[in-house]
Amino acid sequence: MSTPDTRHLPPVSATPADLSPRERRGPGFGALLQTELRLALRRRSDIANPLLFFVTVLALLPLGVGPEPGLLARLAPGMIWVMALLATLLSQESLFRSDFEDGSLEQLTLSPQPLYFGVLAKVAVHWLVTGLPLALLSPLLGLMLNLPAAGYACLLLSLLLGTASLSLIGAVGAGLTVALRRPGLLLALIVMPLYVPVLIFGTGAVQAAVDGYAYSVQLAILAALLAAAAALAPLAAAGAIRISTDS
Amino acid sequence: MAWQWFHRLGSPRWFYEKTSAWLPWLAAASALLLAVGMAWGLGFAPQDAKQGNSYRIIFIHVPAAFLALAGYYLMAISGAIGLIWKMKLSFVVMRAAAPIGAALTFVSLFTGAVWGKPTWGTYWVWDARITSMLILFFLYVGVIALSGAFAREQLADKACALLALVGTVNIPIIYKSVDWWFTLHQPATIKLTESSSIDPSMFYPLLTMIIGFYCFYAWVLILHTRTLVLKRESRTQWVQQLLGEGR
Repeated sequence: MSTPDTRHLPPVSATPADLSPRERRGPGFGALLQTELRLALRRRSDIANPLLFFVTVLALLPLGVGPEPGLLARLAPGMIWVMALLATLLSQESLFRSDFEDGSLEQLTLSPQPLYFGVLAKVAVHWLVTGLPLALLSPLLGLMLNLPAAGYACLLLSLLLGTASLSLIGAVGAGLTVALRRPGLLLALIVMPLYVPVLIFGTGAVQAAVDGYAYSVQLAILAALLAAAAALAPLAAAGAIRISTDS
Repeated sequence: MAWQWFHRLGSPRWFYEKTSAWLPWLAAASALLLAVGMAWGLGFAPQDAKQGNSYRIIFIHVPAAFLALAGYYLMAISGAIGLIWKMKLSFVVMRAAAPIGAALTFVSLFTGAVWGKPTWGTYWVWDARITSMLILFFLYVGVIALSGAFAREQLADKACALLALVGTVNIPIIYKSVDWWFTLHQPATIKLTESSSIDPSMFYPLLTMIIGFYCFYAWVLILHTRTLVLKRESRTQWVQQLLGEGR
């Protein structure tokens, strides 16, 4: 028995046996997070657009309902929250898009690492470049809309917790629609009903703070929603990605 | 052996042939029950002490609302069966259940609005139950929209099943949060009637209507599923034969 002749086959650069155990496992959560963050930070306009949307639409509000300070203060918690929700939603469409188009999403599903962590890394980066800046920007908008002083800390905290949940929930919709050519409105349609609890407790917390009540209950529920979303949403999103890349 | 019936259930052809015998019975049962319930409820049940005759819309409103919610679970469960056991038929049932459920949700919202005008003096109130039903309607619409967006049926099946499952996890959370939101914002002028104590003379016609609606739902669901089965299997031999006989 001689070894089979392999000279006609193209040279193989690295068979699995040549790789170190670490390389064979594929990129882990930390490495993915780093890569994704570097990629996201290079696309400056993608970071700026949701924020500009957030500010522009809120500037339209006084033009629509009038500049009366009392009315604006009354509307501020709800409007800031709804606009933050829409800004997150609009930025979510591109969450998996470029990776789907260049095939790296499919590579991620083939990786020996659980897809859960791949999705979690992407969502974490999405939150770092949209949710976090939105939350940090919100006190400024509160100021423009005459939000009472008692509401600022709560607005910031509720948005920090809430936008993370929104990013996670939206990832499921983004995964389901990534194979479609123009998913924009459809994504909004399927994800928005799922956003309802976060919106209710987010605005509820800010309203309670403005009215001078304790708001720790609402923040605790927002944190609970975030914990549940972090555990379940990446699983559902991973399932959605497997369905979408199966074509 | 014990699972044989289960696998047979997954065959569209078996389903089509079996249900041919059921259809006339289901149609007769739902027609009879609905006719009896409607005549009993609208003609013979006593007037309500506070609401007079306007309460009689309950005989449509409550059964429709029951089935709207039950239909969502049916849709999600058949979607889950399809995802887990890769059963063709259960995906078809899921796809057939979506428009029927959306229609029933709309009926319950519409009759609720019609009932609200004489009772509360307004067509629409942001009441906890109404708002939850509205969100349920959006969840249905999301599934229908998603199913229409894919070019390949198999992809649409799996994506819709996943979305329906995500919605199922969310329904209790949405319901609870809307409930909490409503108790916080409850307007003082509106007092909801307690439906827990209903007189037997009104309850029995209502029960007849509910059972009648269940039969009607089963009938319509089977009809719609059969149509979808024929459409999907139109290239197979048994459908060709069936159509050949019909000619």
